[in-house]
Amino acid sequence: MSRTLISNVRILDPVSGFDGPGHVLIDGGKIGAVLAADAPLDMAVDQHIDAAGGWLVPGAVDLAARFREPGHTAKADFASETRAAFAGGITRFALPPDTHPVLDTPAMIVRVLRISKAARSPWVMPLGALTQGLAGTALAEMSALKTAGCVGLSQAMAPLDDPLLARRALEYAQGLGMTVHIQPLDARIANGGCAHEGATATRLGLSPIPVAAEVAAMRFWISLVEDTGARLHFGRLSTARGAELVATAQARDLPISADVAAHQLFLTDAALDGFDPAAHLMPPLRSEADRLALREAVKAGVIEAICSDHQPHEADAKRNPFPLTAAGASGLELLWPLTLKWMTEDGVEPLTAVQRVTSTPARRLGLNPPVISAGQPADLALIRPETWTLDPKQLLSRGRNTPLAGMRFTHRVAACWHLGVARHRLSD
Amino acid sequence: MSAVSQLDDQGRLQHLLTLEGLPAATLTDLLDHADQYLDAGRNGDKKHASLLGRTVINLFFEPSTRTRTTFELAAKRLSADVLNLQVAASSTSKGETLFDTLKTLEAMQADMFVIRHDASGAAHFFAAHAAPGVAILNAGDGRHAHPTQGLLDLLTVRQRMGRIAGLKVCLVGDILHSRVARSAIHGLRTLGAAEIRVAAPPTLIPAGISALGAQVFHDLDAALDSVDVVMLLRLQKERMLGAFLPSLGEFHRDYGLTHQRAARLPDHAIVMHPGPINRGVEIEGDMAYGPRSVILEQVNNGIAVRMAVMDRILGARA
Repeated sequence: MSRTLISNVRILDPVSGFDGPGHVLIDGGKIGAVLAADAPLDMAVDQHIDAAGGWLVPGAVDLAARFREPGHTAKADFASETRAAFAGGITRFALPPDTHPVLDTPAMIVRVLRISKAARSPWVMPLGALTQGLAGTALAEMSALKTAGCVGLSQAMAPLDDPLLARRALEYAQGLGMTVHIQPLDARIANGGCAHEGATATRLGLSPIPVAAEVAAMRFWISLVEDTGARLHFGRLSTARGAELVATAQARDLPISADVAAHQLFLTDAALDGFDPAAHLMPPLRSEADRLALREAVKAGVIEAICSDHQPHEADAKRNPFPLTAAGASGLELLWPLTLKWMTEDGVEPLTAVQRVTSTPARRLGLNPPVISAGQPADLALIRPETWTLDPKQLLSRGRNTPLAGMRFTHRVAACWHLGVARHRLSD
Repeated sequence: MSAVSQLDDQGRLQHLLTLEGLPAATLTDLLDHADQYLDAGRNGDKKHASLLGRTVINLFFEPSTRTRTTFELAAKRLSADVLNLQVAASSTSKGETLFDTLKTLEAMQADMFVIRHDASGAAHFFAAHAAPGVAILNAGDGRHAHPTQGLLDLLTVRQRMGRIAGLKVCLVGDILHSRVARSAIHGLRTLGAAEIRVAAPPTLIPAGISALGAQVFHDLDAALDSVDVVMLLRLQKERMLGAFLPSLGEFHRDYGLTHQRAARLPDHAIVMHPGPINRGVEIEGDMAYGPRSVILEQVNNGIAVRMAVMDRILGARA
């Protein structure tokens, strides 16, 4: 059993609320001890890392990351994305069910868990399909999916056009105590659009996705929650009005929560200028007012989590005229850097920022939140305050598709441990 | 995809993708040059040698007869070798990507691609991926831009009115889907039009059009008040009915250019239409070739403008 001492580090543990200096001993797969700053360090260890100036945080829990396996291995696979996830300080992630085949049977869950084990990936938390084949016509075997290891249910980005089936899906999930994850978009209002409805889309002649496409879907699902009491999580909000709806629902004690993709806090539809296909995202990048409102909502906790919405693509998927390209950006390696850049820019408490990508998303998946204390699994990330500039060629993910090329960051993931093993280490 | 510049580092045109962002001097030069070709044509001098030995490929992913024909004529009058490809049903249906189509045709040593495609940004895509020295001329991409149509509209207005600056122009009809409208708005604005109005029911007005410098009207009579130029846009009847408009009759009643409405226009006002016309929808049928109409001049100007653009891009480099 290997022992690693990380000394002189700032420990940030949102669960205990501790933010202060100390030392952490990793002993085998677990945290062996958390020591006060003035504690003696005369122990025998295999490795001693003097992390002065660094932050030690729990590994991030990502609410939406696509590893593209099975089914889309031309884009990425568990081996490639595992390297990227650890380089991004992520030790657990929710896998949406839109693999191929879809995650709608226990056999598929078993298969994914087996792939993940072989790749020694971060903990994978599968979200089972809400409907068979994500086709929106028949309920999936939710109970069997739960037994097989699903931590929630999701319709991914597939439409669910039958309102009655949607209601029954929520009822059924509620009976099993499972959270339903919905990425709200009314496909009929979106009408195949590819850009936020506004001056940029009009100038570029891109077919628009009105704000109402998100908000109308949310109102619909909220009214079903009012009926059923089912627990609903809205993934990847993009609009100010959407954030406002969540706040209103929460004020009425409805069991509704939400997350946002990290890039939505930084970019607007202005990034589409010149038809940059890297900025083709779903939901689309919206207006500056939306971006600012999303930041406020995350700060206030109305939007409780930030996720990567990781969607790696092969180069060909983005090599087409803008409307014909695949939507999505590669994000695993940018989740911590973007979250901490937001923290720096908006003067957010460090513990709050850490919480948005660790303990809150963990709870949303029904998991014990990660804690930095003796006896806990050693899933940790070491963050270094450091200015650096993103060059997509340096991403470890097989998807180099990012609209954030050239962005300057304030923090960098220097190391990541999963079950006590260093799976990522930046050279000093 | 890197951002594409239409001008090279000496400020010369290397692609024509959109009128947006082009300096007034560039637009004026293109219009002046087109006028030279028109003058030469009136003197019986229709054939020019400036593109001799150059290869122009018309690559049309959308069916088109009139636009493709005018591009073909323009290139031939400049002595280029011209190849017409209607790609819609050929290679892309066999699974070839646009990128591969471009690279394959580039290998035939084309100097210029004239591209029409139903995806906005297609011309930018080709320009971003074309080999250095290969020019891209946008013949219409989705709803985004149709810059040579914009230029021929500007040329037609300038011929009749003597200027663009200070004019009041009203565009009527399907602004939402119209690349012609967007290019006209950019060109008119750059050359100093006093007012650019757009008139249509709200379902056919795209969000944020005022940011492009256009004022929105939902009352055609108010919109036409004291305008110098009326630009009617083609209504694509198939996709309009039910979804955007209750009926063509209702559109004609509220937004059609009728004799009654035309009678209230200032005497000097002209009426334009990019064609093909839906008689009895955008315009009362017998007005299409009436005294205010400049529709046939637009067609003739289209050839001259396309010659001017091709010559400025390919001829100037020789």
